[in-house]
Amino acid sequence: MSRLIRMDRTGHSTLAEWTEKGEAGFEAAVEAFRRELDAGCIAVVPEGEGHVTQVTELPAEADLVIMRRPIAGG
Amino acid sequence: MATAAEPSLPELAAVPWRERASASSLAAFGRLWTAWTALSVVAFLVPAAVLFVLEPLTFPVGLGCLAHAWVISELYANRGVGVVRPKGPRHRSAEPVAQGLLGDLLGHDARELQRQTGLALEPGRLGVWLVGEAGALLLPPGGRRVHCFCVGTRERELPPSDRIAHLLLALRTDEAGFATVANRAFSGAAWRVRRRLPPGRRPALAAGRTRARLLVPA
Repeated sequence: MSRLIRMDRTGHSTLAEWTEKGEAGFEAAVEAFRRELDAGCIAVVPEGEGHVTQVTELPAEADLVIMRRPIAGG
Repeated sequence: MATAAEPSLPELAAVPWRERASASSLAAFGRLWTAWTALSVVAFLVPAAVLFVLEPLTFPVGLGCLAHAWVISELYANRGVGVVRPKGPRHRSAEPVAQGLLGDLLGHDARELQRQTGLALEPGRLGVWLVGEAGALLLPPGGRRVHCFCVGTRERELPPSDRIAHLLLALRTDEAGFATVANRAFSGAAWRVRRRLPPGRRPALAAGRTRARLLVPA
């Protein structure tokens, strides 16, 4: 089961879950993904320890996609 | 870490005037900090010495100058260490959930170290990073120097571990971009940073130095 999550005030929220491309869950995930991008979030896919890939399209095969907020110098 | 083919950090668009950070630019920044600190100290030491030579009875003024020299260098180090002190609301109810996600992103040793010290250790190309809630320390190869970066997410409602996870994910996406976006707060000897670190965070610095000593300079 793949998950799209967003880090937020609750720790993190699961926005969508899907098992494979083409199913209703994946379409809902794509919609949620685009909504978060439009809201200014940045999507990343953790790929093992120390590795992350930034994505602009929801990868169906990813186990976990995390939406994060932009950072800035303090 | 990012490769040339991977996208750079989107946050770089907010700081187009900054030159992309590299090992050499960070080393130059470190030398500049050292020179500036030395100048600041000398600017007070020389008057103290001159006054004492001209009139030994002015030694209280000279002592004041020496105190100034010491205080200024300590203030610089304190400012640098401030980037990894706990900041903002603790959000205790949401923190365990955030801690779980952060733990999943870290390896076993880094996870234990983060839970113990509040700092996430992340090896990179520029050195070993210690990532906190609102900033990060970078120990270049050798582990003798520490660069202090002030950087974070603006979302104050996020629990502390989520703030660390934000920085960790950005760092892993594009290390040089991360070092470019972050504001540089201080660069100096590791022992100066250690002295100002809260005792609970010092094991993270020690672990970072151990890892950094094993790195080969780029």
